[in-house]
Amino acid sequence: MTAQHVRTHAIDVSSILRDQKRTDAPNEPCIKVENLNLFYGEKQALHNVSMEMSKKKVTAYIGPSGCGKSTLLRCINRMNDLVDNVTIEGKILLDNENIYDKAVNVAALRRRVGMVFQKPNPFPKSIFENVTYGLRIQGINDKRILEETVENSLRGAALWDEVKDRLNDNALGLSGGQQQRLVIARAIAIEPEVLLLDEPASALDPISTLKIEELINELKEKYTIVIVTHNMQQAARVSDYTAFMFMGELIEMGTTSELFTNPRKKQTEDYITGRYG
Amino acid sequence: MIRLWFKSGTPWVWLNAAAVSASLIMVIGVLGLILVRGAGHFWPSPVVQFSYQEKDGQIQTIIGEHIDTSITPAAMAKSSGHVMADDEETLVQYLIKTGNRDITGTDFRWILERNIKQQQTPAELMVVERREWGNFYGRLAAVKENGKIIAEGDQAWPVVQSRIDDALSVFKKITHLEKKEVGAINYSLDQLRLKQKKLQLENRWDAATEQQMATEKTELETEYKKYQAQLSELYQQIRRDSLVAKTENGNEVEIPLNKVVRVFQPNTMSVFDKIAHYGVKVVEFLTDEPREANTEGGIFPAIFGTVLMVLMMSVIVTPFGVIAAVYLREYAKQGFVTRLIRISVNNLAGVPSIVYGVFGLGFFVYILGGNIDHLFFPEAAPAPVYGTPGLLWASITLALLTLPVVIVSTEEGLARIPRSIREGSLALGATKLETLWLTVLPMASPAMMTGLILAVARAAGEVAPLMLVGVVKLAPTLPLDGNYPFLHLDRKFMHLGFHIYDVGFQSPNVEAARPLVYATSLLLVLVIIGLNLSAILIRNHLREKYRALEG
Repeated sequence: MTAQHVRTHAIDVSSILRDQKRTDAPNEPCIKVENLNLFYGEKQALHNVSMEMSKKKVTAYIGPSGCGKSTLLRCINRMNDLVDNVTIEGKILLDNENIYDKAVNVAALRRRVGMVFQKPNPFPKSIFENVTYGLRIQGINDKRILEETVENSLRGAALWDEVKDRLNDNALGLSGGQQQRLVIARAIAIEPEVLLLDEPASALDPISTLKIEELINELKEKYTIVIVTHNMQQAARVSDYTAFMFMGELIEMGTTSELFTNPRKKQTEDYITGRYG
Repeated sequence: MIRLWFKSGTPWVWLNAAAVSASLIMVIGVLGLILVRGAGHFWPSPVVQFSYQEKDGQIQTIIGEHIDTSITPAAMAKSSGHVMADDEETLVQYLIKTGNRDITGTDFRWILERNIKQQQTPAELMVVERREWGNFYGRLAAVKENGKIIAEGDQAWPVVQSRIDDALSVFKKITHLEKKEVGAINYSLDQLRLKQKKLQLENRWDAATEQQMATEKTELETEYKKYQAQLSELYQQIRRDSLVAKTENGNEVEIPLNKVVRVFQPNTMSVFDKIAHYGVKVVEFLTDEPREANTEGGIFPAIFGTVLMVLMMSVIVTPFGVIAAVYLREYAKQGFVTRLIRISVNNLAGVPSIVYGVFGLGFFVYILGGNIDHLFFPEAAPAPVYGTPGLLWASITLALLTLPVVIVSTEEGLARIPRSIREGSLALGATKLETLWLTVLPMASPAMMTGLILAVARAAGEVAPLMLVGVVKLAPTLPLDGNYPFLHLDRKFMHLGFHIYDVGFQSPNVEAARPLVYATSLLLVLVIIGLNLSAILIRNHLREKYRALEG
């Protein structure tokens, strides 16, 4: 990036922050991360991370590529369990229960903590079947319930009007932005408490990105949302809290307006003003 | 210049094109040859009457079909003992199918073209296709009923046609009675005998059951007698008529009509008659049972056996291969042992098929089958039930033979499913098993079908192992019939590949059977193409359904 770009970049963020209206409802912690260390084999990817995320708020993780923000996000629904050779130390408390406790049913945990990935990943099934996938796994086959859920979820994901006439078409026929909203609908169909969004708009065009961001604003009324993004404007636009991570460490966390306008740490300031990353 | 040309890549393109053309030409050549030779077999060729000067100078009449012509250079002809005039450059010989094996002892004869004095195709020459002794060539003289002549000369032809139709319909009734009704009674009687023996072995044989069984037996026997009476009546009916024919030498021969399949006069047939005749012959070939040590008639049992065996093989190999591949790819820890297993599986595909046959015979037939007989069918001893080659063991042996291709292609299919799809499913609270069943396996199904296609292609053409584990030259009954339990896995069966080998090399009359070899080869190719095409259609349908991989 050139210096010119950096300058406008930084200014953009603060102007967004000025426009944003924020609700300052009392904060209720929903997820607590305590002294989390994660190793891929010998390599340590997360260093002693501790943080709290509030209920029905949007928390954004920002930081340069490879800083561990996606890894941290994937710890919250134990997606990292699938990776070979991974060792996790520390605790993550969801409603005061350690999700890394041996007694925890991982499938049940993932029903409480939904996730949307960077690249839209609908199943090669019909739109209807995609949305009802999670319900069917839970053994819900009542047609009326399924139809109701499909409509509510698709409305929730702002996709209903676009697809209501072709619910039985293959989901792969949708555009990238529609697919991503379908995946969000699929995630909220099972009514999770938390939604994890891993760079949900990075593979999308600007208009689709805008729609997803509007959607996040609506979804936070019902869900606790954690979003990973490498786009600082996006973090500023959608989030209530922002955590800045660097080299596997949590450098700073605070309300979004505070972090962007008045960072306490030098590294944070360097990053948000575009000096690296 | 040359260097530039080489650098431009043109020779490489030509080389590629040449390789493709060579393969194409070979495939087309093979198919063309068996198509022409095999499909031509059923076309009625004219019957020719030759006036032929034998070596001793006598003129003889020879009647037959001109099958082949061979042209030998003079030098070679001399060395093989022919007397050649100085101005003759080649020796031309005709191969004539003279038939009448019962009279002359041979079906074919080579004659020298230069000794043919005259060659005609008289309209009245007829061909009689018989159930025994091959074709008869000659002239119709008369038709007899109970030994008395009822038509002679010109009137004989229409009469013999209608009489043969009668005889054929009676023959059909006889076959139906013998195969279906009497066959079913025999089967029931045999089951009854086995049941009795079983009860005796288990010491549960008492007066009541004895009484009951005796009644059942008597019932069956009364029924059998009823059919027997019907049959003897029908036999009398079919033996009533006969035709009298004159051979090429003017000798009269009487041919009973129950031994006749059809008579026709090919020299009077129009093109449409010939096409109709051709159609009838092809249908007979496809739907009838073989006659005369497999050299005549149809090959339906072999088609049926081949298809049934391949289908059973598919039913066995698919689940096994898929389960093994799923374990190797999804559950097993990837490491040295998995790698070793994978290498072994790949090498298994290279083991010669006859080795599988030996293994099938030694392990499946003798050990497994022998123990099954011992445990479950003691009443049949000493006759084996499963302890002998049969359909089940042949299918399992071939399933084993084709297991590696199914495993390998399923594994490849599983490896191609994107990680994001699996994660998407897991993130919705699905367990690994649910993810596998609901998403991964359906998406990998086209790859499984690819494996199955390869397996079918290999299994349908395999002959060597089958000779050891269940295929026979002539099976008296189909493995599928109307007697409970309908599918008889213990029965031996016929197979197109083995049929080709048997007819082509083991038959007493190789020359006569050769066209049949081509026809059977053609059919085998068609059956394999058919099986493959259906599998490919299913795969394409699945691909269309799960085409996420490209996205």
